[in-house]
Amino acid sequence: MDSVNALVLFSNFVIVPALSYGSQLALGAIGVTLIYGILRFANFAYGDLMAFGTMFTILFTWYFQSIGISLGVLPTALLAIPFAIVITILFSLLIDKFVFSYYRIKKSPPVTLAMVSIGVMFVINAVVRIIIGPFDRRFFDGERFIIRANEFKEMTGLNEGLAIKSTQVLTLFITIIVALILFWFLNKTKTGKSMRAYSDNEELSLLSGISPERVVMITWIIAAILATVAGTLYGLDKSFKPFTYFNNLLPIFAAAIVGGIGNPLGAFLGGYVIAFSEIVITYAYKKFFAYLLPESLEPNNLIQLLSTDYKFAVSFSILVIVLLFRPSGIFKGRDS
Amino acid sequence: MTYFSGEKMTGGYGGPDIINSCTISVDKGEIVTILGPNGAGKSTAMRALLGMLNLRQGIIKINEKDISNLSPQDRVKEGISFVPQTRNVFTGLTVEENLEMGAYLREESFQDTLDEIYRLFPILKEKKNQLAGQLSGGQRQQVALGRALMIKPSVLMLDEPTAGVSPIVMDELFNHIIKVRETGVAILMVEQNARQALSIADRGYVLVTGENKFSGSGKELLNDPEVRRSFLGG
Repeated sequence: MDSVNALVLFSNFVIVPALSYGSQLALGAIGVTLIYGILRFANFAYGDLMAFGTMFTILFTWYFQSIGISLGVLPTALLAIPFAIVITILFSLLIDKFVFSYYRIKKSPPVTLAMVSIGVMFVINAVVRIIIGPFDRRFFDGERFIIRANEFKEMTGLNEGLAIKSTQVLTLFITIIVALILFWFLNKTKTGKSMRAYSDNEELSLLSGISPERVVMITWIIAAILATVAGTLYGLDKSFKPFTYFNNLLPIFAAAIVGGIGNPLGAFLGGYVIAFSEIVITYAYKKFFAYLLPESLEPNNLIQLLSTDYKFAVSFSILVIVLLFRPSGIFKGRDS
Repeated sequence: MTYFSGEKMTGGYGGPDIINSCTISVDKGEIVTILGPNGAGKSTAMRALLGMLNLRQGIIKINEKDISNLSPQDRVKEGISFVPQTRNVFTGLTVEENLEMGAYLREESFQDTLDEIYRLFPILKEKKNQLAGQLSGGQRQQVALGRALMIKPSVLMLDEPTAGVSPIVMDELFNHIIKVRETGVAILMVEQNARQALSIADRGYVLVTGENKFSGSGKELLNDPEVRRSFLGG
């Protein structure tokens, strides 16, 4: 019985949160990795693009709430996402046209483009703060829990409860659907294959007649969709605060690099690797071991490897270790 | 009038001229090879024909049409296909996906062309679901040739197709190139293996410092004492 309790405890505080946080990182990391593969630079503005997309989801949510539209038990934000996506796509294409395309046509080195993206990051950051403010916003409505901890305890008779938030299930569900559509697109459609070809070998793709403008445009569209969806899911699950989105850039980049930058499937898995590492390392195991060990060995401190305040140190360490020992990412097999 | 030609081409990559008043032409169903010492401008001449460098002078024509001002992509649409010397396959794509990318500009179904390529290069059919990056050098060259043929080109340009492959594979590749000629394609290739290249070529050009030095049929060049001394090792 004790071991079941330990398992439930671990699921409640590690597995379930890491799965939903990992999904949010995974979607963001695919966006970063696609931009890197196709446009060949690290886009530091991506975290703030996520904030921008989420902001519009919130604005549309407020609008729908004000005119009395809701989805019942589901959050109204789900209805707002498509509208926010359209605006974020237009915004991304506009930035590309007025900022990035200039450096692309000049054939600037990737580091120049990365620096330019930092400038774009500050601008988007300011735009978001001007429009919606720097404060914490909660825009979740509908039914918060699928299973409450108390209900779970009553149902099973265990000491420990397993709470599953509806946003966690929604996150996982939407991530799986979005990822399936995206990988189907990249692997089965002509346009998707041409994107992979362009990322693989730019000169040869030009010699095959693949249009670079088209590939770049589709990349921004996909990146904007992923940014809005990932940002909204994160905001629903926790809360929306522009600064948090800027902070999330680090774990997202870590996920993209762990997966081998430029490799979408790697980035997807990398999101979960980073999320599980962060949470497993910052979880306090005292109660967990109390269930498993005999009373005499019961731990008298928290058994927490790192305080949760340092969770970004975990992604940062993984980032550095991967870059030092396996710069091509941990998922890349032997290749020529 | 030949099918595809570059006349009196002069230009370089922005710095000094690499090719000087260089003329190259090829007809349908013909293999023409460009030879010359290192740095003679062989690959540059080929890139000029493709539109990958800015010519100061010269006219490039296909089928009587002046294409001197077209971008490389637009020349692909005119039926000119190119196989670079290195990085000539999409290593992260499967063999079949590589071939599909070759047919990117074709709107209609290309299944018949795909079947034809598989008949020409049976090994590719066997390995169609493998990543091109995992194939051997000779097999990769076949993928590269296959990709270039998917657009059904009228002109096929090859930059050192046999560089870095073993002599056996080289003979096999040359046989494939002869088979491609039989389908009526105009083939222009730069080669280091001069003797073997001339033995399958209908005509050849020898470039020295970016200028035409000798030209003639494959046999003539093979038997020309000066060409033999300078480029064929006696």
